[in-house]
Amino acid sequence: MRILLYISDFIIPAMFFSIILYGFAMRVKVFDHFVEGARDGFSIVLNIMPTIIGLMVAVGIMRASGALDLLVWLIAPFARRLAFPEETLPLVLTRLVSSSAATGLLLDIFENHGPDSLIGRFVSIMMSSTETVFYTMSVYFMAVKVTKTRYTLSGALLANFAGVAASLILTRYLY
Amino acid sequence: MLNYLWSGMILIGIVVAAFTGRIPEVTNAALESARAAVTLCITLLGIIAMWTGLMAIAEKSGLVASLSSRMTPLLSYLFPELPKGSKALEHISTNFMANILGLGWAATPAGIKAMQEMQKYCHDKQRASNSMCMFMIINMSSLQLVTVNILAFRTQYGSANPSEIIGPGILVTISTTIVAIIFAKLCEGRVNRS
Repeated sequence: MRILLYISDFIIPAMFFSIILYGFAMRVKVFDHFVEGARDGFSIVLNIMPTIIGLMVAVGIMRASGALDLLVWLIAPFARRLAFPEETLPLVLTRLVSSSAATGLLLDIFENHGPDSLIGRFVSIMMSSTETVFYTMSVYFMAVKVTKTRYTLSGALLANFAGVAASLILTRYLY
Repeated sequence: MLNYLWSGMILIGIVVAAFTGRIPEVTNAALESARAAVTLCITLLGIIAMWTGLMAIAEKSGLVASLSSRMTPLLSYLFPELPKGSKALEHISTNFMANILGLGWAATPAGIKAMQEMQKYCHDKQRASNSMCMFMIINMSSLQLVTVNILAFRTQYGSANPSEIIGPGILVTISTTIVAIIFAKLCEGRVNRS
């Protein structure tokens, strides 16, 4: 399992190295393309900034008012039966519906528990291996006007629950 | 969706605050969160720009295209209905590769084109074909190797080693994709027999 931690350390330098080397071999102007791409990155962040502000304010209000604690308290009995960290349940459920709302809750967890706590690591891994199922499905199927989606939803939900469970087990095992 | 979720969060928050007597805290939280969101976005700006810059090199040098074309043998196992060398398979491989590399903006257009191409092989235009179900389930099982956003958030909140979650994240991503493929293949089999 140590290999996973090696991968974590090496993947970003390895990607830099191989992409730049490949670019050189193909004789493209690597730095010019980097700058151009980085500029696109700016517009991506500027586009999501208002959404992040809006949702962080909403989560902040939920946290300060005690509504988030109330929600956790309400669902805690279910979470305990599944040996699931109850503070993360709102995040896990929101993740299926909205990526940006989930980000708001993720940051709240980082703020209150720290990114290096057991919960912080669990949600980091979970967020990187699950997807906004309902949103993605509606975008793709609406584009081709398919209404009978058959087993797509159950398959996607199954894969995502497997992801949540695997993240939790792996976090407990590794750290 | 977000309209309901967002209004619900704020309205419920304020009602609860009125009962718990925490209205002043709500004011502070709103102001403080808005400020924190901008600080966060500045960190995000740096890290995302670095990543999209690097990925632009990968795209412009043809690396992304060459990696996606290497996926074809695997794709013909996953999508037996689609003829080899078809436009549909090409868009699917672009979408998968873009998802693996975290190029969300490149993934969605390719994915929609893939769906439109797959629809050409359907008899019933309103019913998802086996290929469409396979494609969607794999797509939603999450494929991304490095989630830069999460790295940026972890950096912003003072993680000692923001990247330590990449390796475990990859392992979980691979397992969810395997679960997705097995499930889709089992469902296809059941449909074919009936």
